[in-house]
Formats: sequence, structure tokens, C-alpha cells
Amino acid sequence: MSKTLFDKVWDSHVVDEVKDGPQILYIDKHLIHEVTSPQAFAELEERNIPLFRKDQIVATADHNVPTKDQHLPIQDLLSKKQVEMLTENCKKHDVTLYGLGHPYQGIVHVMAPELGITQPGMTMVCGDSHTSTHGAFGTIAFGIGTSQVAQVFASQCLLLSKPKSMRISVNGKLKKGVLPKDVILYIIAKLGTNSGTGYFAEYAGDVFENMSMEGRMTVCNMSIEMGARGGMIAPDETTFEYVKGREFAPKGAEFEKKIAYWKTLPTDADAVFDKEYSFDAEDIEPMVTYGTNPGMGIKISENIPSKDDVSFEKSLEYMGFQKGEKLLGKTINYVFIGSCTNSRIEDFRIAADYIKGKQKAANVNALIVPGSQQVAKQIKEEGIQDIFEAAGFEIRQSGCSACLGMNEDKIPAGEYCVSTSNRNFEGRQGQGARTILASPLVAAATAISGKIVDVSEEIEELELV
Amino acid sequence: MEKFVTLTSRAIPLSIENIDTDQIIPARFLKATSKAGFGENLFRDWRFNKDGSENKDFALNQDIYEGKILVAGDNFGCGSSREHAAWALTDYGFKVIVSSYFADIFKGNALNNGLLPIQVSPETLKKLLKTIKKDPETELVINLEKQYLTIEGTDVKESFEIDAYKKMCMMNGYDDIDFLVSNKDKIEAFEASRTF
Repeated sequence: MSKTLFDKVWDSHVVDEVKDGPQILYIDKHLIHEVTSPQAFAELEERNIPLFRKDQIVATADHNVPTKDQHLPIQDLLSKKQVEMLTENCKKHDVTLYGLGHPYQGIVHVMAPELGITQPGMTMVCGDSHTSTHGAFGTIAFGIGTSQVAQVFASQCLLLSKPKSMRISVNGKLKKGVLPKDVILYIIAKLGTNSGTGYFAEYAGDVFENMSMEGRMTVCNMSIEMGARGGMIAPDETTFEYVKGREFAPKGAEFEKKIAYWKTLPTDADAVFDKEYSFDAEDIEPMVTYGTNPGMGIKISENIPSKDDVSFEKSLEYMGFQKGEKLLGKTINYVFIGSCTNSRIEDFRIAADYIKGKQKAANVNALIVPGSQQVAKQIKEEGIQDIFEAAGFEIRQSGCSACLGMNEDKIPAGEYCVSTSNRNFEGRQGQGARTILASPLVAAATAISGKIVDVSEEIEELELV
Repeated sequence: MEKFVTLTSRAIPLSIENIDTDQIIPARFLKATSKAGFGENLFRDWRFNKDGSENKDFALNQDIYEGKILVAGDNFGCGSSREHAAWALTDYGFKVIVSSYFADIFKGNALNNGLLPIQVSPETLKKLLKTIKKDPETELVINLEKQYLTIEGTDVKESFEIDAYKKMCMMNGYDDIDFLVSNKDKIEAFEASRTF
């Protein structure tokens, strides 16, 4: 029978089926971090259950770590305790930890792919909903709750019912200045925040085929924002080239053998999906959000829609926007380029390409937070850091930072922040903070002009977009 | 996990759609290392004003409403995978959440903590919210074994879906860990049989 990419990976990981119930799904890699793991370790200890496969777990500290002076003790005592507990738990259970100060430390969804931990055809989980990121490699990757973290600790398996499948195809040529972030914001704006609930998505079509791995990760990262547990892209030469030679990637003959297997994974030509959507690349433009969920997005040149609905009005009231208003020209005082959605080297190259030779607007606080120590090192080596610094941007150390404001990096109440992160929920970036989601290019342009501007008019000379 | 078979309780109406887990429990309260005490900060930024005083307009703060059931707008629990959202709701005293739609991860987390998510039709949800607002003393009856929700003496009665395995777990207070650990032999055999 014809199978989808999702079917092939899922079916090859089913250990057993519970009669009239879920399946036992085997998990290849389990990523953990300081916020959603302590209660899982405690659960195991209370029940006296050992870790089943400690070598398949990798830990890092990312969610609440400071992005300044990481060599000094963490000032926030609760964060400090959580990070210390992760260190202690990893030591006690002999789990690999890339903690603060380690050259591999970083946002879990940036760190694992760049180390070659993420590979096609795997199943991966993490107590973080943006685990969907790793689907960019043709991997079944999804976020889990802490009870499930404990289950994977105890058995390297989860009890799950197989989700339905949906395919989202985007074909054609993207306009100049339209980035992967715009593509996914466009898709979510079209489909809504719960269109994917109960489904695993596959992104197909030449737009994704022509995208870099960094771009594919940005797209898959936000699958959860339309409710899908995960999103996948078929592995191809771009994928193999990215994985090749990375620290934990298979080497030599083993790598060749893997490639032969990975090439069997793409969806069969006549496979059937439960749901299909299709969009034209030409219709996509740089996007911004105007509301308090990622589905509330518009093309940057459009007006905020009018809708008589209590939740919609509550959302606009929080954002301080009016129905029918334009976002172009709005004064913005905060810009954040970072998060597991957009903090990889390509994101900073694009932002730097635009910023080069320009100065940030006086009213703007512009924060650059690399996704990992390796990205931080790379932006220094490539001279990108100099460009940001010369333009007046502040460069920090790696972590989740102002995406969710668990550390000190918060946006003040009432202020707008054009952010490359993934969620514009009320209070997400700090109590009362108002988030406008956008691509790294739109964020860079906002920082330079101090207001929301249409980048499409001034990007002809840019090389990278 | 506590067993759940039936529940008769008043309910608190929260007619907001797309309630995400950042609203249920904001990220700044996720720094605890145990599961206890999250109820204190449930819906923190909706329950309290900026000056720390209670927001009297918010349903959870209105004396007319009480109960172990939360009736909420469409797409409840979207966003972050934080199980802290389920812990905050149970710690506050909720046993059941009724909505016309639940986000996947939240639904799983709720079931793993003995918190029953009941999905009803949008029409029934509307009816429930209206009935509770009109008469806050209205009691909802939930029967997990027979899988229905009703308000006695009215025409509100709806059956709901639940995975048979999860239903068994809820009714007996079992969780997945015991089951998975008991399958260790099968899991090891699977590992040994893999070619990739």
C-alpha cells in the first residue's frame, strides 16, 4: 500500500498495539531542558524506576537562562535552582548535558540539528511544543508533557494513537523579500490556529524543496501554531548535505547506508492524505501579526480585518489596535531577533545583509539572541556581529530569551515588539507586552526605521533574500 | 492518579476562545521543580489587575460562580506543551474542562493528570454557557462510564468521545508508566529487531 513520509516513519517505530487503544511508539531521541524535566525525574525516583536508555537522551539549559554574563552565577534564584537541578539530575542519571558554558549549549531545537543529533527517519520528542522543528529533516518530532517525559525516561516509548495526515503544498516562486517565516505565517493565517489539531502535516512543493534547512526548520517549528503536533518535509540532497559531517551524524559507509534508507522515506506518488491544502507562492508577501494568536496575521501592506466577535475584539483591545487599521507606519520601540524559530546563522546573515551600513532608529531597543553557542561563534567569525554592533544592536548569549520572557529579557507592558519568535499570546514576552510576529528581514527593517515599513521596495540590492 | 467515574458539580463559564497555556499559567511561574502549588497562579494575568488586586470581572473571581467544572470557549489549551497548565487547573480544584475543541498536547496532559477534557458540539457549548450565566447554581452531571454530560431537568444532554484505553485509566486511576514498563520485553525485542 502507498504510504506517506509520516506513515513510513511512524509505522517503523510501532512496538505494539493495545487492543482498541493506542500504539506503543518507540522514541529514538529524547531532548530535555530545565523547565519540563524536574518533575519527570522526581516521578521516576518516587517509583524507583531507572532510566531505560540514558544514551538516547540529550539535555541542555535554554528556557530560563540569562543571556548576559553566563559565566557568572544565575541571579534569579528560582531559575538558578531549576538549572542546578537539571545539572544534578543529569549527573545522577548519567545523561549528556550541554549546560551553560558548554560550547554546544543552545536552544534545544537549534542545538540538536546543528550537532547532527537530528536525522531523517527518526522519532524525537522533547517537553516543548516547538519540537516540531526537527520535522524539517523528515523526522517525526513533537512536543510532549512532563508525564510523557517520565514515560520516555522509563521505557523509551509513548502510548499514542496515530494522528491523521495532512499535506500543505506551496508551489511557484517566492517574491524577493519573502522568507520561510512569511510562508508559515501566511499558511497559519489562511488555515487558523486549530486547523491541524489531530494531524501531522507534511509540507510539499517546490517552495520547500528549494528552501535551506534553516528555512525548513522555521516552517516546521510553527506547525504547532496551527494545532498540528508536528510538520515534516521529505529528506533530500539539501538534508543529506546539512547532516553530513556534523558531530553526531553517521560517518563513512554508515552514512552512505543511511542515505540509501533516507531516500526511501518520501511520500509515495499515489499516497492519500486525510486533508490537503494548496497555495501559490506568488500570493505570499512579507507578513505581520496584529492580534494575540499566530493565526491573526496579515500581509504587511494590508489592513487589520473587521470582525464582530468578542474574542477578536478582546485581542485587538490588548494590542491597542483598531479594526481596519494599517500596521505600516506604527512606531515600534522593541525588536527581538532570536528564538527556536529564527535564531540560526541564515537568519542573522539575512538581517545583517539588510542592516549593513545602516543605524538603528534612536527609539528602538534591538536585541539579537543567537540560538546556540555555535551560532554565536559563527556570527563573530563571519563578521556579522560587527555589523550588528556598528548599527547599535545589542548582542547577547544563547537561550530562549525574550521569546517567552522566563529570564530577564522581557518587553515592558504596553510596548510593541516586532519579534522573530513564534507566539504573540497575551503576556508572552512579558506582562502586558504586545508582540508582532515577523521575519528576520521585517524585524531588521523595523529596527532601522523605528516603525513598521514595507521592505519589498528597498530590497532589490540585497543578495540573500 | 485519582479515580474518576461520575461528577455532579456547578461550573464556571469562561467564554473566551483560543485560551492558550500561556494564559492558563504564564511562563514566569514555571520555575517550580515540583507539581504542587500552580493553582495559585492559574490565569494569573486575567485574575489579577496590574496592581495585584483581583479583577472582579473575571469569572473565577465572581462569587456567583463556583464548581469543579470549567466551561471554556473553542480551542482550549493551545500553545505551549507545559503540563504545568494541567497541574494549575487541577491544583485550583477543577476536575473537568468542557469546550468545543481541545489542543492535542493539552488534552493528553489533562488525561495524564486525572483532569477530564470533554469535547461538546459548539451548539451545546453555547447552551451550557448561557444556562450557567443565567442560573449560576446550575449543576452539570458528568458520567464517564456512560460517556455523557447533562443538566438534569433540561434538554441539555450530550455524549462525548474518549479513547477506550484512556477511559479505563481515568476510571481506575492508572497511568501510562506502569503499562509501558510492563511491556519492557516487547520494547527490547523491538530494539533488537531494528535494521535502522
